Amino acid sequence: MKAPWTPQTPGELADAVRSATRVVPAGGGTKPRLGAVDPAVQRVSLSGLSGLVEYDPGEFTFTALAGTPVRDIVAALAERGQCLPFDPPWLAGGSTLGGLVAGGVAGPGRFRFGGIRDFILGVRFVDGAGRLLRLGGKVVKNAAGFDLPKFFTGSAGRFGILAEATFKVFPRPASTLTLRIPAEGPAAAAGILMGLAATAWEPDALEVPSDGRGVVVRLAGPGPALETIAGKILGRWPGEILGAPAAAEFWTNLREFGWADAGAALARVAILPTRMEALAGALRTVPGARCHVGAGGHVAFVALATPDAIGTLDVRLGALGLSGMLLRGSGPLWLGVRNRPAIAASVKRALDPEGRFPGLDD
Amino acid sequence: MTDPIRRLAALLPAERLLLRPEQLAAYESDALTAYRASPLAVAIPETTDEVVSLVRWCRGERVPFVARGSGTSLSGGSLPVAGGLVIALNRLNRILRLDPALRIAVVEPGVVNLAVTQAAAPHGLHYAPDPSSQSICTIGGNVAFNSGGAHCLKYGMTANHVLGLKAVLATGEIVEWGGAGREFVGPDWCGLFTGNEGLFGIALEITLQLLPRAECFHTVLAGYRTLEQAGDAVSAIVASGLLPGAIEIMDALALEAATAAVHAEYPPGCEAVLIVELEGTREAVACERVALDAIVAASGPVEARPARDAEERLAIWKGRKSAFSAVGRLSPDFIVQDGVVPRRRLGEALRRIGELARAAGLRCANVFHAGDGNLHPLILYNGREAGALERAEELAGKILKLCVAMGGSITGEHGVGVEKREFLPDMFGPDEIACLERIRAAFDPLGIANPGKMFPAGGAPALQHHGLHPLERTGGISRE
Ligand SMILES: Cc1cc2nc3c(=O)[nH]c(=O)nc-3n(C[C@H](O)[C@H](O)[C@H](O)COP(=O)(O)OP(=O)(O)OC[C@H]3O[C@@H](n4cnc5c(N)ncnc54)[C@H](O)[C@@H]3O)c2cc1C
Repeated sequence: MKAPWTPQTPGELADAVRSATRVVPAGGGTKPRLGAVDPAVQRVSLSGLSGLVEYDPGEFTFTALAGTPVRDIVAALAERGQCLPFDPPWLAGGSTLGGLVAGGVAGPGRFRFGGIRDFILGVRFVDGAGRLLRLGGKVVKNAAGFDLPKFFTGSAGRFGILAEATFKVFPRPASTLTLRIPAEGPAAAAGILMGLAATAWEPDALEVPSDGRGVVVRLAGPGPALETIAGKILGRWPGEILGAPAAAEFWTNLREFGWADAGAALARVAILPTRMEALAGALRTVPGARCHVGAGGHVAFVALATPDAIGTLDVRLGALGLSGMLLRGSGPLWLGVRNRPAIAASVKRALDPEGRFPGLDD
Repeated sequence: MTDPIRRLAALLPAERLLLRPEQLAAYESDALTAYRASPLAVAIPETTDEVVSLVRWCRGERVPFVARGSGTSLSGGSLPVAGGLVIALNRLNRILRLDPALRIAVVEPGVVNLAVTQAAAPHGLHYAPDPSSQSICTIGGNVAFNSGGAHCLKYGMTANHVLGLKAVLATGEIVEWGGAGREFVGPDWCGLFTGNEGLFGIALEITLQLLPRAECFHTVLAGYRTLEQAGDAVSAIVASGLLPGAIEIMDALALEAATAAVHAEYPPGCEAVLIVELEGTREAVACERVALDAIVAASGPVEARPARDAEERLAIWKGRKSAFSAVGRLSPDFIVQDGVVPRRRLGEALRRIGELARAAGLRCANVFHAGDGNLHPLILYNGREAGALERAEELAGKILKLCVAMGGSITGEHGVGVEKREFLPDMFGPDEIACLERIRAAFDPLGIANPGKMFPAGGAPALQHHGLHPLERTGGISRE
């Protein structure tokens, strides 16, 4: 593999793209499959493009360079009582802002107010012709031009390399409270997820960890209110309130994907709570598969201990009509149903006419 | 009839294809009434298959088309293209599926915004985006414009609530993206499509996310001697860590209009009224209202009135939502603008808008989504007075440039349309506009989908038909 280039400014990033025939960005390496293409392709590390460019708590927005470690951003926001409410994962793991957008992986908090796509406001990016472009805006509301910032969410770096991004932020909730509700199997868990999601109790996160011990609920808001709401929830679905240290440990472990072996392959699958049982059934036939369901039953993370299980997972997801993305491990980037209308290739050509970035399926 | 028109007529029963000038007159403009254009025909499909065949006819005959919902666009988005086809979608107004367990509604594009919330209400759910026009505007129009409303800071705009889309692109291709799930895999195609202003194609089926209706609201109306004080109150609320569902301001002229129109009563002698609403669980609102009331009390209002019951709350919102049409009573004509400025510069922006209006000799009312810095200056003018429209437009243009210069945007929610297309270069450089044009061309290589909108006039290939439209040349149509 060639040594990576490390541009120090957005302008240098554009120069780097122009001087390579084929190029792929590298961030913190938390989702290595995104950049695992032909070793002959020139790597461009974003590590030199790091730091907050603008942060104005009164505007509820910040702008940071794409190589900024997300944990630095989260820390800067926390100092001013603010947060990215979707709980970006892999803070300790070193994920970067650009990788967060390209990978499209949000954490448990995405359940209440939405994920990366719902908080991204603007981008500065280099297109396949090496042009440095700025689209979207820097204010919390803007409807001018097509919404490329949203489009980049989950685009795996196939359409452009981010140099900088602007996000909306929210005030950090005054406190949180975590409950565990035991459930026998995925159908029972799904019932609780849907039941709770339809209440007016405003759960902040609804997760079904891979340990098979049921549903974990997080409430967020003013402390005294949460105790009362927790009482109501447990009145309907018996369970327990986790002590603060146990809760903190649970969410940190989840954020860092501590439940999945570091060496294991990891895939993200879009599902519905109504499909959880079918997915669990299918995964019983995939050797060594472990599954964590998040976002109220709308996303599943599947860890696979053996590399050859990826092919089986791909087939099983296809049969269920589900789509996934491989984040770690070697196998196809897209798993299961691949929806690929002609427009996808046309937009790829519009943004990357010479095919400098990896192809949609690389 | 010429061959092309005959082929068009074969796609729909005669009563759903309007060709006569007197039938077309009703479709000549949208809510930006200063502009008019006469289409070749208006087609009124009743099924999505008919929409697809109409789009494919346009593609085959190289005839531009404009999708139309309720025609409430304030930026000329649904203004017809002269000689083009208007595809009126109001009859595609079925709610195809409402699934309370998954909290989604799948709707056709002609479904009216409020109808979604009404259908969801029995299940304790609602559809969050609430433009003031919600009782008439359609979901298709909302998707095309990424419409907003009073609750954007907390809940986002239309795009944040569109989970899935089926659409026919200007190429004739039918695409389906997303679905009932909150999470998707791959690039965010629904996000890219939403806000396309009708330039990519026509949305045929839209899957919307529904949210549980908040258990409890706390709505406060506070009057202030000056606009600055109201603006400072907004900053204080935002700095406090509260996340209100809505933060709105109306200025003196807007208050005068609302008072006359819906007999709303506001504290006397105020230059501005602030409306703040908390929403959430009963327990959370009980805690947060104490904090909010204290901040408002400390912000020096002439009077602060919390709504004591649901009726008082609705009255507050009725006054606010009627403000646009109410201003219509003060003046024969008005232009609604839609700029965004950084929130902390609201006071400064309003002061400078006031100065610009005085210099132009025009009255300007302000109603705005203060929580997200989205201004709606309403410029009053008399269209029958020579040069008045031009002066009003000139003022509107200065206001937009002011917003951009202050680090904001030329549109928060009404779109660029025809009205603001000349200002796109104030927002974006030539490279960015070229990039947007390449994306547009990917969706619409022939430039037949709503040409002449969003991009500065030079970039609208299909508007540059010189002389007669191809169908006029072949004798298919004629201008009256
Ligand atoms: C009194 C009043 C108050 C308003 N308040 C607000 C407000 O608070 N917030 C806000 O955001 N807007 C507001 N608006 C603006 C307007 O209501 C919105 O832009 C609305 O979304 C337009 O919906 P419509 O059905 O009338 O669409 P139309 O005006 O008919 O069309 C708007 C655009 O959408 C395109 N279009 C329509 N249907 C489709 C489809 N199925 N597929 C693709 N493109 C399509 C059209 O081609 C056009 O470009 C207001 C307007 C008025 C008159």
